[in-house]
Amino acid sequence: MNRPIRRVAVVCMLLFALLLGNGTYLIVVRQDALNAHPNNRRVRDAEFAQDRGGILVANTLIAETVESDGDFRYQRVYPDPEAYAHVTGWYSYDRARSGLEETYNTELAGTDDSLFVRRLVDLVTGRTPQGASITTTINPEAQRAAAEALGDRKGAVVALDPRTGAVLALVSHPSYDPNAIASHDIGEADQAYTQLAEDEDRPLANRAAREIYPPGSTFKLVTAAAALEAGWEPDTETDSPDRLQLPGTETYLPNQTDCGGDEVTLDQALQVSCNTAFANLGVELGADALREQAEAFGFETRHLADLNGVASRFPENPDDAQTALSAIGQFEVAASPLQMAMVAAGIANDGVVMEPYLVDQVRAPNLSVLRQTRPQELGRAMSAENAAKLQQMMVDVVEEGTGANARLDGVEVGGKTGTAQTDLERNPYAWFVSAAPMDDPQVAVAVFIEDADIARNDIAGGRLAAPIARAVTQAVVE
Amino acid sequence: MALLSEVPSVVMVHRKRRNVELVMILFAQAVGLGAYALIHLNQSARLPDELPVVAGLWFGLGLVAHLVVRLRLPYADPLLLPCVLLLNGLGLAMIHRIDLINEPPTSGATQQLMWTALGVALLVLTALVLRDHRPLIRFTYTLGLAGIALLLLPLLPVIGTSQFGARIWITVAGFSFQPAEVAKVVLAIAFSSYLVEKRDVLALAGWRVLGLDLPRARDLGPILLVWLASLLVLVYQRDLGTSLLFFGLFVMMLYVSTERPGWAVLGTAMFALGAGAAVLLADRVGQLAHVSVRIDSWLHPFDDIDQNGQIIAAQFGLAWGGLLGTGLGLGRPGLTPLARSDFIAAAVGEELGMAGLMAVITVYGIVVARGLRTALAAKDQFGTLLATGLSFVLALQVFIIIGGVTRLLPLTGLTTPFMSQGGSSMIANWVIVALLLVISHQTRKPAATRLEPSPDAEETQVIGRDRAGAGGRR
Repeated sequence: MNRPIRRVAVVCMLLFALLLGNGTYLIVVRQDALNAHPNNRRVRDAEFAQDRGGILVANTLIAETVESDGDFRYQRVYPDPEAYAHVTGWYSYDRARSGLEETYNTELAGTDDSLFVRRLVDLVTGRTPQGASITTTINPEAQRAAAEALGDRKGAVVALDPRTGAVLALVSHPSYDPNAIASHDIGEADQAYTQLAEDEDRPLANRAAREIYPPGSTFKLVTAAAALEAGWEPDTETDSPDRLQLPGTETYLPNQTDCGGDEVTLDQALQVSCNTAFANLGVELGADALREQAEAFGFETRHLADLNGVASRFPENPDDAQTALSAIGQFEVAASPLQMAMVAAGIANDGVVMEPYLVDQVRAPNLSVLRQTRPQELGRAMSAENAAKLQQMMVDVVEEGTGANARLDGVEVGGKTGTAQTDLERNPYAWFVSAAPMDDPQVAVAVFIEDADIARNDIAGGRLAAPIARAVTQAVVE
Repeated sequence: MALLSEVPSVVMVHRKRRNVELVMILFAQAVGLGAYALIHLNQSARLPDELPVVAGLWFGLGLVAHLVVRLRLPYADPLLLPCVLLLNGLGLAMIHRIDLINEPPTSGATQQLMWTALGVALLVLTALVLRDHRPLIRFTYTLGLAGIALLLLPLLPVIGTSQFGARIWITVAGFSFQPAEVAKVVLAIAFSSYLVEKRDVLALAGWRVLGLDLPRARDLGPILLVWLASLLVLVYQRDLGTSLLFFGLFVMMLYVSTERPGWAVLGTAMFALGAGAAVLLADRVGQLAHVSVRIDSWLHPFDDIDQNGQIIAAQFGLAWGGLLGTGLGLGRPGLTPLARSDFIAAAVGEELGMAGLMAVITVYGIVVARGLRTALAAKDQFGTLLATGLSFVLALQVFIIIGGVTRLLPLTGLTTPFMSQGGSSMIANWVIVALLLVISHQTRKPAATRLEPSPDAEETQVIGRDRAGAGGRR
């Protein structure tokens, strides 16, 4: 019976080898994913018991950790919750994380690989490990100005530094209090979260970077850029009838404003936001040219990974009628306020679009810089010459056209208004995008108001949104 | 007899190695006690007040086991006892550690220590009463029927109880018991004696199909019986693990005794067929739903986090422990349901790390290897077969449960031998060790009894002794 026993022994050896091999596999391959799983209570509890790093705006903490006598040793605190909720996100026990708390979780918790040596030292010296802190690019004055100017209206404001892509302000209203979700009283935190999640006004939604809306006439900047790149000049004329029969349909597209004649220049069309002129222009340029131009400004790509931003959209294969509507930012064109700020910033930065970013530095607890964000070019959206022409056209919009409310004494502001209506039952969206000063751009702003309680016309953007852009511009420039 | 053993170059005399065993036992027990002390040091920075009592009881148990082996089974394998005590000690420490999570602490470890004591008592009893495994061969059918009955006992009304979806417990007078654990030992003995008796018939008579020697139809009876019992366990007790364990054991023993791979192939095919049908029918037959659930939660545990909370919690625990573990008393094994019984391997993996769990697996490997070694060396077929069966059943059980906990296999409820909380498992596994010790003692002791005493033995002896000093031999 010895031969079969030897074989049985081999089988037994195989069984044990499989167990050992699987154990190795679990540690080498599966471990990281298991530890990163949001349902992993062990990791969560350990993180909650840890001195988590702070999030800073300029030199002020907008998220910090204080010692607590409760169930866990440390409590996350947001000193200015409503103003920065959409930047910091929340850090909760049962409801995971969002915003920077989520994207920089390993750094804040101190479990990131860049903090490995430090962790070893802490382990040996018995010191409580600390997380890294994060410095954002937010300009506190701009953020405050944006929030104050937006007031109680639902909407969002994004301000970028056109030269670097740094986010100077990021406001989404309504906001919420992340302290409530971070509470150690799990029931209380759950209730706060549920209440916020079910709120009709959707306070948890980050309207600045994670929601997309029809950009309306602000998209005419993209159409104008495509036209200039196709060889048009600001004084090239195009048809601008009072109403335009959309190609291949019985539908007529009316003008919201007086375009100033049956044929207007590109410059004039942008100034008064002439729908029929841009619709014609769009059909003439073609959907591909529009799409290419939109993508060059960053459409169809996700931006601001720091906040898990979403991609803006340009419709696929629209017919001529749809192209005409797309050219004026209707139909299925949809953009985030962040994306529209990128368009203004790209034009102001002589055609070069910078990748937006929100985190400037990650610092170890001893303040040594672990990571410094370097501005990155997304690409060139248009030539410097054409960008200069479009800059002048935007200045004209503010100086002589629909954007008068964005004027700022002593600063050359360029902008574009927009109004978009998706259905007639509700109030239209009001937009305004701007950049200033045009000769040496310091700030590009996109203002979006979700609920412009004003009659449907292109003045909505100018009347409601432009003053907000002015306030933010003023805060940055001065 | 005493004189005979000094006859030179006639018999090979194995070294007893009892002192080596004693040192290893002390080391193994020190590991267990150290774990116990460390848990308290890590959790409250002070040693437990009961430390002297616990140490006394614990080392006392080891000493009793050692003494009884030294006196009654002096030639027994010296590695088995230390390995088992190491596993048992770690298990006790781990259960105690999980006791401490509760407020106030539960007394699972105290109970488990009592069961360990009972296990050692059974070892003592086996060594004192049995001492030789061969008489067991007489009880083939009694033990076989008893084993099958034990296996199916939980299906009876009133005493059979269902826990965690599996009907594998019986409750008598408030004590719950898992008869399958005992059936494991009883059936291993019954299979061995039956097969030793029938091996020639089974091996030689039959047809040859496709290069495989298949048995005669009438020899298939007992095999069909076991197959049927396994399937009954699978379907009605909803216990895939036990079913797999028994059928695996039986098929392996058939193969070893007949040396015909045909049996192994046939048996495996039959089980695969039965289990395969169970899986296929699982969606339609409510009685089998547990099978598909188990398989789903093995392949895609994260698809249904609520249903698969336990296996997921175990994975999280193992990942949290990482390679080196959180340290005894510093992990969170309490987050895994049943951490003290079925999932004790996950608790060990969490606090001692994957390295620690692998060490534990390796110790099981050593026990199995020593058992198989005993089987190879055994002088009688019954001993060979029994040692093989007992070792294999241990290996298979460790594989099924630790494989289940670490997501190598679908999870099936089996205990981790010597470690999981549970009396039936503890005493059954101690009996396995006792039998292995007995067989190895019989195997390794000088085979003097087989020698015909030569008429002039005495004379030879005397002369040999006289001349030894002069350096000469006859």
